[in-house]
Amino acid sequence: MTITVYIPREATALALGAEAVARAIAAEAAQRRQNVRIVRNGSRGAFWLEPLVEVATAGGRCAYGPVRVGDVPGLFTADFLAGRPHPLRLGPVSEIPYLQKQERLCCARLGVIDPLNLDDYLANEGYAGLRAALALQPAAIVQQVTDSGLRGRGGAAFPTGIKWRTVLGAPGTGDGQKYVVCNADEGDSGTFSDRLLMEGDPFCLIEGMTIAALAVGATRGFIYLRCEYPHAQAALQAAIAAAYAGGYLGADVMGSGRRFDLELRLGAGAYICGEETSLLESLEGKRGQVRFKPPLPAIAGLFGRPTVINNVITFASVPAVLARGADWYREFGTGRSRGSLPIQLAGNIARGGLVEKAFGITLRELLYDFGGGTRSGRPIRAVQVGGPLGAYWPESRFDTPLDYEAFAQGGGMLGHGGVVVFDDTVDLAAQARYAMEFCAIESCGKCTPCRIGSTRGVEVIDRLRAGERPAQQAALLRDLCNTLTYGSLCALGGLTPLPVISALDHFPEDFTRTRAAAAAGS
Amino acid sequence: MSERRPVGIPLRVEPVVELPPVERTAVLESIRQNGKLDGALLPVLHGIQDRLGWVPPGAVPLIAAELNLSRAEVHGVVTFYHYFRRERPGRKVIYLCRAEACQAVGAAELEAHARRRLGADFHGTSRDGQYTLEPVYCLGNCACGPSLMIDRELHAYVTPAKFDELTAE
Repeated sequence: MTITVYIPREATALALGAEAVARAIAAEAAQRRQNVRIVRNGSRGAFWLEPLVEVATAGGRCAYGPVRVGDVPGLFTADFLAGRPHPLRLGPVSEIPYLQKQERLCCARLGVIDPLNLDDYLANEGYAGLRAALALQPAAIVQQVTDSGLRGRGGAAFPTGIKWRTVLGAPGTGDGQKYVVCNADEGDSGTFSDRLLMEGDPFCLIEGMTIAALAVGATRGFIYLRCEYPHAQAALQAAIAAAYAGGYLGADVMGSGRRFDLELRLGAGAYICGEETSLLESLEGKRGQVRFKPPLPAIAGLFGRPTVINNVITFASVPAVLARGADWYREFGTGRSRGSLPIQLAGNIARGGLVEKAFGITLRELLYDFGGGTRSGRPIRAVQVGGPLGAYWPESRFDTPLDYEAFAQGGGMLGHGGVVVFDDTVDLAAQARYAMEFCAIESCGKCTPCRIGSTRGVEVIDRLRAGERPAQQAALLRDLCNTLTYGSLCALGGLTPLPVISALDHFPEDFTRTRAAAAAGS
Repeated sequence: MSERRPVGIPLRVEPVVELPPVERTAVLESIRQNGKLDGALLPVLHGIQDRLGWVPPGAVPLIAAELNLSRAEVHGVVTFYHYFRRERPGRKVIYLCRAEACQAVGAAELEAHARRRLGADFHGTSRDGQYTLEPVYCLGNCACGPSLMIDRELHAYVTPAKFDELTAE
């Protein structure tokens, strides 16, 4: 009898040795003459358990982890292929509390299926959304997405249905060409949900983009992927080829007579290209400089044509909306934040990884119930939610529910759902300086507040930390941040003040720490 | 970007290009493979860097002529993107993450260690020509940092000791 063993081929799992574990299991099985079929799945996102090896048993999939190469002979001796006890045995994978407590709407197939096996995808509700969409008129597809309440998961949280309706109604130019573009330039530190989805369930993204194309009348699409993600690149390339071969892309999508062609393009290490207009410039082969808006990309986007541009998770949320209905999706969430958000627990966290939950869960539940506090064992002092442009928050804010409006009200930003945890050794003045430095490095240079202001910001923070007329420097810093906030062309310059000012407001003592230390030393 | 192609100027001026044959071949191969794509310049540059490990400045006039762009446009794009290298790299490139999630678990110490160990600053190459050190802002391995990538291989929980192991070969 052949036993199926699942070992992730996902970047973090690989970084933790999954490839060597897979080879060791294959070799050990051969030596013991046991028939083992190894499936390379995606990661379920419980990274402290990676490499997480799952065995298909009569009682469901049984998990072992984290497995090192040295554990492999012992696992065989303990008969892990029958799901028998072993110190690394975690029990049925579906009952691991971290995973069991989640609400996986978008990431439902992560770690479950073989990401590159179309049949596996189809057997797990794959292409049910597209099938439903093909029976609808474009306006009806858009209506479903609008009714679901889905908002852009890239960070800006713009209602997806409204964006699509604009593109559907846009006259475009003579040739009638419209585009669907996926923003897979996941540059925010502390975020990896796009990557996990692209590596673990790439057909889901492809299906979502195809539905978008049908909805707005586009025949061509691009995925703009950051070049720091070679594993996602390989997965997407293979999945696109398989989708073409299976008739899910190309001239006749699922026998409908409708055409949709999809291309993968790589970025080149520019954070700003995650900004949508800059991304479009980059796709056109230019410097990734931000465009003035209007016109919106929905009216004049890629090559001047009406363009739907959405984040990976946004597109990947759409198939289930079409397959199960807008009402099903709306049921989840709170207030104006409907559905679920794949949250990423990162930085100094004991149990880091992907937590997909309906909106409304508090930061505290995420940090302690899921995350288990810091990895270092020290108290959590600050968290930064929403990437490098998100605010630094102290513990007093941890009861904020995950909800776009609640975060904005608290002076923060939910963004793409990355939560970076810092323990009490963090120096928030150094983090504030870094925020300005990062803006200076990554500024596209088009607008002055961002291009010049970021460099001036570094200098002001340096003087402030050195104790040079601190009251004046603090006032200057706030004034400069005000200019960046209101004078910048896009979110990079516009939001860099968020980490800076939040650090200054919530952790003012850090800005005098170097001075105090110097005084104590002298 | 069909609207930018010439309407039909009969002359074709070969730019003065001083490129070693290997590099010239790589550039032309990449252009043959990617040059017809819409918005071809980034794919072309990626193709060149995949083949050579860098984009030699001497290639700029050739790319410009082949894609019917100005040299300034090509130069502008090459220099805009952090990933494209204009100097020949070492045998391997180390992409060291400097972003917040890695900072929270000791990236700054690792960064200082790496510079010392390699005797090279960011964008520089170790004296033995083995390693080029590049900063990178997030590798998406944010729950298991500090992270670095050597060529296309990702590494997690990189302590200074592990860095030494990885660069010991």
